[in-house]
Amino acid sequence: MLIRKAPEFRYSQITPRDVYFNRRTFLAAGTAAIGALATSNSLFAGEKLSGVSKSPLSTDEKPTPFDLITHYNNFYEFGSDKEDPAANSGNFRTSPWTMKVEGEVGKPKVFDLDALFKIAPLEERIYRHRCVERWSMVIPWVGFPLNALLKQVEPTSKAKYVAFESYYDKKQMPKARGTGIEFPYVEGLRLDEAMHPLTLLVVGLYGEKLPNQDGAPIRLVVPWKYGFKSIKSLVRIRLVEKQPPTAWNLSAPNEYGFYSNVNPEVDHPRWSQAKERRLPELSSRNTVKFNGYGDQVAKLYTGMDLRKNY
Amino acid sequence: MATRLPSYTLEWIFARTTEGMGKVLSSKWTKVFAFLLCLVPLGLLGWRYYQQKLGANPVEKITHTTGDWTIWFLLITLSVTPLRKLLDQPKLARFRRMLGLFAFFYGSLHFTTWLWLDKGFDLIEMWQDVVKRRFITVGMLALVLMVPLAITSTAGWVRRLGFVRWQLLHRLVYFSALAGVIHYYWLVKSDVRLPLFYGGILALLMTYRLGTWMLSKSTKRHARAAPMLK
Repeated sequence: MLIRKAPEFRYSQITPRDVYFNRRTFLAAGTAAIGALATSNSLFAGEKLSGVSKSPLSTDEKPTPFDLITHYNNFYEFGSDKEDPAANSGNFRTSPWTMKVEGEVGKPKVFDLDALFKIAPLEERIYRHRCVERWSMVIPWVGFPLNALLKQVEPTSKAKYVAFESYYDKKQMPKARGTGIEFPYVEGLRLDEAMHPLTLLVVGLYGEKLPNQDGAPIRLVVPWKYGFKSIKSLVRIRLVEKQPPTAWNLSAPNEYGFYSNVNPEVDHPRWSQAKERRLPELSSRNTVKFNGYGDQVAKLYTGMDLRKNY
Repeated sequence: MATRLPSYTLEWIFARTTEGMGKVLSSKWTKVFAFLLCLVPLGLLGWRYYQQKLGANPVEKITHTTGDWTIWFLLITLSVTPLRKLLDQPKLARFRRMLGLFAFFYGSLHFTTWLWLDKGFDLIEMWQDVVKRRFITVGMLALVLMVPLAITSTAGWVRRLGFVRWQLLHRLVYFSALAGVIHYYWLVKSDVRLPLFYGGILALLMTYRLGTWMLSKSTKRHARAAPMLK
């Protein structure tokens, strides 16, 4: 048996180096913040987001409780158990943060944390979320359409796909090793999928800043695809000519394809995808093709064999 | 018993410990205690369900917990004989049947959870899964192999079958445990560490058996050879 001694300090108790060396500015900032509480949105998650509008694209289904959305996560960088991300991501530093947008674009850009929240007006979108593991939730995300960002960087005519990359740091994510997938986690979409109005960049949940375990500070959400396509903690978006590699496809190509659209007719090799369990319910319900977003997205795949392009 | 001066040698301490352990293991109360201990995983599961502390996906939690304990009980059952010999505790054998039956008990709970909460008692759908999905096929095999063992676990059945045949039949448990570990290995998405850990323990227990079997074969050969040397 391993007997571990608890460390005397937690990382959360240690003053970050840059804050320590600029402690006078920090104190002054603190004083200023008492007057104007809503100034910086960069320091703490769980902070209320302001100026969020409701979206007509939301479902009217009952949202899954916050506690479940934040304590049942697949975020292998913090461990492969569903409870691991909530337990191990508490000290994850999401500030400072930069997200690069590059590749086949006219105007490559680097966004810092504050800039990420100002790319486009924030909307609340209540989406169904269907995991490849046959469970689902209804999640009130806060974000903006990815196309708002893509339009700003002006994709060239060569841009056919969008490649996404998650943050990865062995030191901050020691539990990632041994989980069986390669890091950094990568994902990809076809350009027309990325430009679709349902495709979101998400910075919040339940009207607050995104908790670390759900992919802070910024993540992708593609509601008609299995959850693993919705990559977390983005640091890089590249527009590319060829179909980019994706993390789960690299790990098990016969089980996880590039498209991974929710489809009850196409089984996962090890289980049927016909049904899903809407957490925390005990019974199952039927899964709907494209997770119920078929009216909006089915046209993206006309003429395609979805059994082959799973 | 001959009187003996207390000598604080290691052997003496071992002897006293073995004797004490033997007494504890012979007690009726130890068996009652062990029985209750084996029910603790189920009790905890029930308590946490009652408290609504099974997390976001209670069905998955129940399935995984009962499955985990099935493998644990199989491994514990399989370690009874090696421990009995290594620790020189013949009384340990008293617990083997109970532990084996608990493996079957948790395995049945695991199966029922799946059949009820996942398949809604739809036997056709169940059968399709068993045929189509290899991790379910091999899991089902693990459970089915335990059925004849559970039935013939009584002293009456040992007599009826004769010890040699009974023992041969009960070697099926090796295959059941192996099937259980493979079932788990094939189920996980990518993190195979825990199934490999279970597989490692099983390999260790089987290596012990292989080792003692080969040793006994060679000593038998020596025993046969010895008279001719005379």
